[in-house]
Amino acid sequence: MLADKDRIFTNLYGFQDPGLEGARKRGQWDNTKAILELGPETIVDIMKKSGLRGRGGAGFPTGLKWSFMPKEIKERPHYLVVNADESEPGTCKDRDIMRNDPHTLVEGCLVASFAMRAHACYIYVRGEFIREREALQRAVDEAYAAKLIGKNNIHGWDFDLYVHHGAGAYICGEETALLESLEGKKGQPRLKPPFPANVGLYGCPTTVNNVESIAVAPTIIRRGAGWFAGIGRPNNTGTKVFCISGHVNKPCNVEEEMGIPLRELIDRHCGGVRGGWDNLLAVIPGGASVPLLPKSICDEVLMDFDSLKNVQSGLGTAAVIVMDKSTDVIKAIQRLAYFYKHESCGQCTPCREGTGWMWRVMTRMVKGDAKVSEIDLLQEVSKEIEGHTICALGDAAAWPIQGLIRHFRPEIEKRIADYSLSASGSVVADAAE
Amino acid sequence: MANRKLIIDGKEIEADESITLLQACEQAGAEIPRFCYHERLSVAGNCRMCLVEWVGAPKPQASCALQVKDIFPNKDGTPAKINTTSPYARKAREGVMEFLLINHPLDCPICDQGGECDLQDQAMGYGRAAFHRFNENKRAVEDKYMGPLVKTIMTRCIQCTRCVRFATEVAGVPDLGATGRGEDMEITTYLEKAFASELSGNVVDLCPVGALTSKPYAFNARPWELRKTESVDVMDAQGCNIRVDTRGSQVMRVLPRLNEEVNEEWISDKARHACDGLSRQRLDRPYVRVNGKLKPVSWQEAFAAIAARVKTSTPNKMAAIVGDLAAAEEIKALKDLMGALRVTNLDCRQDGAKIGLGASGEKLPRQTYLFNSTILGVEAADAILLVGANPRWDAPVLNARIRKAWLASGVKIASIGPTVDLTYPVQQLGTDIGVLEQIANGGHDFAKVLTDAKRPMIVLGSGVLTRKDGAAILKLAAKIAADTGMIGPAGTHAEGGWNGFNILHTAASRVAALDLGFLPVGGGRDVAKIVEGAQKGEIDFIYLLGADEIDLAHLGRAFVVYQGSHGDAGAHHADVILPGAAYTEKDGLYVNFEGRVQRGRRATFPPGEAKEDWAILRALSEVLGVKLPYDDRAALVAAIEKDATHFADLNAAPVHADTSAATWGAVGDSGVLDNMPVSHAIADYYLTNPVARASETMAKCSQELVHGAKQMAAE
Repeated sequence: MLADKDRIFTNLYGFQDPGLEGARKRGQWDNTKAILELGPETIVDIMKKSGLRGRGGAGFPTGLKWSFMPKEIKERPHYLVVNADESEPGTCKDRDIMRNDPHTLVEGCLVASFAMRAHACYIYVRGEFIREREALQRAVDEAYAAKLIGKNNIHGWDFDLYVHHGAGAYICGEETALLESLEGKKGQPRLKPPFPANVGLYGCPTTVNNVESIAVAPTIIRRGAGWFAGIGRPNNTGTKVFCISGHVNKPCNVEEEMGIPLRELIDRHCGGVRGGWDNLLAVIPGGASVPLLPKSICDEVLMDFDSLKNVQSGLGTAAVIVMDKSTDVIKAIQRLAYFYKHESCGQCTPCREGTGWMWRVMTRMVKGDAKVSEIDLLQEVSKEIEGHTICALGDAAAWPIQGLIRHFRPEIEKRIADYSLSASGSVVADAAE
Repeated sequence: MANRKLIIDGKEIEADESITLLQACEQAGAEIPRFCYHERLSVAGNCRMCLVEWVGAPKPQASCALQVKDIFPNKDGTPAKINTTSPYARKAREGVMEFLLINHPLDCPICDQGGECDLQDQAMGYGRAAFHRFNENKRAVEDKYMGPLVKTIMTRCIQCTRCVRFATEVAGVPDLGATGRGEDMEITTYLEKAFASELSGNVVDLCPVGALTSKPYAFNARPWELRKTESVDVMDAQGCNIRVDTRGSQVMRVLPRLNEEVNEEWISDKARHACDGLSRQRLDRPYVRVNGKLKPVSWQEAFAAIAARVKTSTPNKMAAIVGDLAAAEEIKALKDLMGALRVTNLDCRQDGAKIGLGASGEKLPRQTYLFNSTILGVEAADAILLVGANPRWDAPVLNARIRKAWLASGVKIASIGPTVDLTYPVQQLGTDIGVLEQIANGGHDFAKVLTDAKRPMIVLGSGVLTRKDGAAILKLAAKIAADTGMIGPAGTHAEGGWNGFNILHTAASRVAALDLGFLPVGGGRDVAKIVEGAQKGEIDFIYLLGADEIDLAHLGRAFVVYQGSHGDAGAHHADVILPGAAYTEKDGLYVNFEGRVQRGRRATFPPGEAKEDWAILRALSEVLGVKLPYDDRAALVAAIEKDATHFADLNAAPVHADTSAATWGAVGDSGVLDNMPVSHAIADYYLTNPVARASETMAKCSQELVHGAKQMAAE
């Protein structure tokens, strides 16, 4: 369990002042100039050594990502873009950071931008986040007023920070769709390559990072790569904000050590599963996109990238959605299928056509109005989407359904059998009349 | 660019790093199915039909979007292996095909695209055998209004966005777009308004399915019923390459033909859709005016009426004018006939353009009236000055080329003339022709732009050439050309040569007629003087070869012979009508504004008693007792080639050779500039010639897109 002294987000719950004064008391903006004096190379090196993996879901090493940026500014300016379009169902970590600890992010933006030689940074905030963007804008204004950022600031690195509001589309959380949206176009993912580090915002070298990845950076540099790398397990280091929702007694956001056992996370921080651990049916461990895990796996699994990958799921955004035995798990996944159908951008064929197909089949399966062979059809359709699309939304739509079929196939078959029984029963009844 | 080795389907090839994997696969002989990919549009990568296997990669790759330079070799240094036909690649494509078909209505039997549909064809290759497993309801999409030319059946749309990319990139008109998300994404014109581009018909060709089809051609024919004839368009002077599809004696539709140097694969809406005018208002038998009324007669009677009149006239009281759609053959035949009658009052410049002749009435060399930079050369230009030219209407496909050049290089473009939306940014220099004088004197900012440019161009449109001071304007233009380095070294632009002096013609016959010298050389009268003479009674016999655009109301009591295909203005004023062939009904040589000689081929026969035009003239010559010395078209063409050797050199644009100052010094005539504002020549793009004016489709377009727009602006 993470000790209090090792927490990065010390005001995650908003019990203290989120403003600049409060942030300073918590150690933010403490001699940031000294961090910048390390130089970009050293900062990137520290980030690499810390083992921080991107907190937005894919888990790509942050330091490595930063190192992809060109080493000097040529004719095109560099940009940092912070992805605050937190839309993954179940995920609510970034909004708490922006609401209650925004200066971690503002300071992180300065440090990361400096490390990537960017003089401008955009924070793309999800459209539905009204208070969050107000809180963030307040923090940015404070930082400007205190000359922490802006032109001729006290840190000696001219830096402008813009808070941009999205219009509320899940797909705009995909990094290249986000860039399109930021440029004022329809939010549709771009083809990769070229990657944003080469051709990003307005065709310039750009890095897109999650809020949490950026917000933890100053603390990592202050306390050293070794401190961060010492928390968690090899290749899955550091602390992570987990968002636990669903059928637990006290749903919460909590910053914990990577690799904490799922059961410990739920029992210690959330007051346990509603009705006790044995009442657990399944858990979606990393936001709506990752396959669910049945209780048998939840008993033992550790919450980090590699452990969850080994059980054919993923850490994703670390949004733990807990479902107890009262849950209609088919209906739950059907609702997610509707979400992906609704949020598909419509650009490429498999996702545009496939998500609707899967949702419709799932909708019938909730009732049981399907054939058993359609379970295989569903599996095959999901495989025809997965890996064939421009962005990862297709994969994200396929995985929950694959997880359901993998772990709850008997449940679906039973539903179908029950339905056909009742249907044929009614036919018999009709005939009798 | 460097090359990179790839092993495609077991075959090792070296591919240029700048091309895409799809192109590399094609070089290796593999066939890659595709819907969204199109050579001339940006890469969208959204249909996913072109997926191939890159051995070792975690997922199949969209070959249209992957550049060869991004395909790194295997870890052991061996070239990357690409499989286009492996079960893995095939399965991926079959999956995509299944997705495309689940919401497609499969209404091929009632779809106009049937028989030439990419989806149909590729479903034959990648559709799963005869079963379907989609048990849900299909999506239905409301049809959109896209104007009088494009019919939409949007349920068939597969959202490849080719049309959207064409509209925004090539046509430069952002009227098309996609709204909605996911399976609700729809292609639309946003406001149910017409797709306001002169190139709109091309989206019908681009659409890989039957979502966008041709409205005038709807339910008219099946592709396999049509006979296809390769020909050349005459609706403007660009000489766009076309294919004429006929069924029986009727032209059903006109499609573009690929020619990189002329029209790429686009044609204008007029070229495509004026073809219904070919079966309306046709002159199908000879007429003679008796007591003020036109009376149908036989060919002999018509010829006799002409002969009787010619006998009473004298050469200096006779004149002949060539219209805008004539082919070189009949121009030559008419010239020879008039020559035999010793008539010198000949002109092909219906609009009165002051080109072709020098100050003292001598015929000038070709390059003084050609579009010398060539259409391909536009892409190399770095500054363009438009004078009285509206390329969007004068030659829409050329305008797309200028836009392409602007997109690629940001070429600086300025215009003297009324402000119109040319689909690229233009520095408007006003409508005062005095600006041209300032540029010529170096006293204008744009003079410096032209001087600094490596390959500057000046484009003179009919809007200024037809003015009274046209000769003076030509002289200024020639001075600008000489002073700003437009007349560069000899050779094509690819070889380093350059000639930036350009005349933008709008009549398909004009350059051929100028080449053949159908001009009032040796003291003859030009069009204006012919009309004036007719009014005064100094001209009493006028032969109009398809000439409908002159001031026909003021021909006085002159005897008018009209030879042409349509009952248009000229025929209404004629005393004798000789029914000729339209451009689809005869073999003919046409010279486009670059000076490129191209051959149009006969697709159908002329209606009724109408004949090929040169044959009419040949027959008439016999009646007039001055028999022309050619019995068939081959002999006629040989005679043309003897007159102007470049007619033998089919399809090639002339290479700029003459850099001598004398040539350019002789262009135009000194004179005082008029203070009349500069205007554009074409008032209504859709109604510029007899064929277009007879076309119902063009009338609809004119009403909606020209007058409708004006009405809206007025409101």
